Amino acid sequence: MTETLTPKVVEPTLFELSSPGRIGVTMPEPDVPKADLPPAHLLRSDLPLPELAEVDVVRHYLRLSQFNYSVDGGFYPLGSCTMKYNPKINEDTCRLPGFLYTHPLQPIETVQGNLELMYLLQEWLKEISGFAAVSLQPAAGAHGELTGVLIMRAYHKSRGDHKRIKMLIPDSAHGTNPASSGMIGLQVVQIPSDARGNVDLNALKAACDDAVVGLMLTNPNTLGLFDENIEEVIRVVHECGGLVYGDGANLNALLGIVRPGDLGFDVMHFNLHKTFSVPHGGGGPGSGPIGVAAHLADFLPEPIVGILEEDDEETPPLFGFIRPAKSIGRIKAFYGHFGGGMVRAFTYIAMHGAEGLKQVAQHAVLNANYLLARLRGSYRVPYDRICMHEFVVEGRFEGSDLRALDISKRLMDYNFHPPTNYFPLIVPEALMIEPTETENKATLDAFADAMIQIAEEARTNPDLLRAAPHNTLFGRMDEVRAARELVLCCWLPEDYSKPLTDEQPASLGER
Amino acid sequence: MNAPSRLKYTKTDEWYDPATGKVGLTDYAQSHLSDIVFVEILVEAGETVEVGKAIASVESVKASAEVYAPAAGVVAEVNKAIAEKPETLNQDPYGQGWLIRIENSLPGDLMDADAYIRYCEERD
Repeated sequence: MTETLTPKVVEPTLFELSSPGRIGVTMPEPDVPKADLPPAHLLRSDLPLPELAEVDVVRHYLRLSQFNYSVDGGFYPLGSCTMKYNPKINEDTCRLPGFLYTHPLQPIETVQGNLELMYLLQEWLKEISGFAAVSLQPAAGAHGELTGVLIMRAYHKSRGDHKRIKMLIPDSAHGTNPASSGMIGLQVVQIPSDARGNVDLNALKAACDDAVVGLMLTNPNTLGLFDENIEEVIRVVHECGGLVYGDGANLNALLGIVRPGDLGFDVMHFNLHKTFSVPHGGGGPGSGPIGVAAHLADFLPEPIVGILEEDDEETPPLFGFIRPAKSIGRIKAFYGHFGGGMVRAFTYIAMHGAEGLKQVAQHAVLNANYLLARLRGSYRVPYDRICMHEFVVEGRFEGSDLRALDISKRLMDYNFHPPTNYFPLIVPEALMIEPTETENKATLDAFADAMIQIAEEARTNPDLLRAAPHNTLFGRMDEVRAARELVLCCWLPEDYSKPLTDEQPASLGER
Repeated sequence: MNAPSRLKYTKTDEWYDPATGKVGLTDYAQSHLSDIVFVEILVEAGETVEVGKAIASVESVKASAEVYAPAAGVVAEVNKAIAEKPETLNQDPYGQGWLIRIENSLPGDLMDADAYIRYCEERD
């Protein structure tokens, strides 16, 4: 197996498009005195950059972008990723000059608007989630998780309770949960699901003791199911002195309906890049603010935005940074992802309002249940009950060796992004489907039709699936070979004065 | 699905050979993981292991999984060749695909082949 895949369309690199002497920009005559160049030994004899006209560069990148699949391009039902449409007004607001041309080291008096936006976003997230305090600092979801488990540990230590070393994590949780706990040295104890896809209460009770830091719960879980015993689950963990962490990645299902803080969760991260329409998946930085109940507010990472001086009749309030009393410290430079995350999420919440956010959740859940109902006859559904914002089917058929991967590859021929594959691990050949609220019935029907058609093809022409995709730029990649024979071929040249070659520098040794 | 009767099995899909002390991943496990692309053995010869301790980490194109010790004892030998050829776990799970050998071992709660086959069928 040494065949090389050849794409149907080849886009040359900028270096290959380069033509000596071609330029894109004419530099103006300098209007300041010319300075001498640094000494010759500090200068390169050559700088091998491509030479192109502006139009060459624009067309090159436009073509590359068209090879990609995006939310703007089509339906993207990637489960647990909430690939909803990202409204374009967010792009206008985050480019407003007052937000765009500010620097995090500016004196606070000169960025009061930015600080007010952050303050209001903290307040809105508190109201949406039912928590007492919010920090906007974490860079993304898993970073929020890490912050949360650090806060949970700090809380126990502050009470002189040093023996708590175990984190309980259901087998239907997001994979980042055990990773975040393991990262700070906690022991992860897996809790199984029961036959209805809820946390197995007996197993949970058996695992709860005075060594438990807490439970990390994704609710709705990765099966797309709301835990029917959620209040009991939280009560059991609290009874042994543990805290309950909520993975907010699936918050889209709950907006305006249920507040995790009201259910008794102690801490939760938000994914502004999922629930609140900040582009992600290669489209922009994440943002993973964290909310906590009152007893954990003092432990939040610093700084959070607060009012330093109350307003009076003549002057508005002065916003500034506050350090919570027992803060775990900074977990990131500066204040979090401001323009990329916070301004867009603020815009999204402001545009929807309370009633609009509630409709987001309702339509997300309705869309998922509609798709589930249409696919139920063609795909096996484990834990089959009313789902929340997403659901999981098995990508396998009786008496066939076809796998979830084959179905996903074939979906690409129908111009749909495949669902999440092989997660959660408790479902064999899992296909996890999250339509989000932004799709209309025609799109959902087109996707369901394609899935049903593929199930039919699996019966009548299985080779069509095995060799898929057929209509994409590249055919089926050999993922096994790519993983087994990992070849990293990009290295920095040792000598920039020489033209770039494919040859590996001798100093790197055997690869 | 293949489960030789000379071996004992765990609920987490490891096999244990009472005659030799060798430990590996079952045929059922390798077929569900599909193509295995990475194996890292997490213990060294001479180390003492408890039942349930993670002894190896396995990655396939679908998932990653931990392999747990089915018996307590001292690690006598680890299969160093396996890291270079992870596909051995798919091709020969009960032979060349062994992971470690445990000496002076005290097995945990293990199933015989018939019970393990029933256990696998229940899960499918």
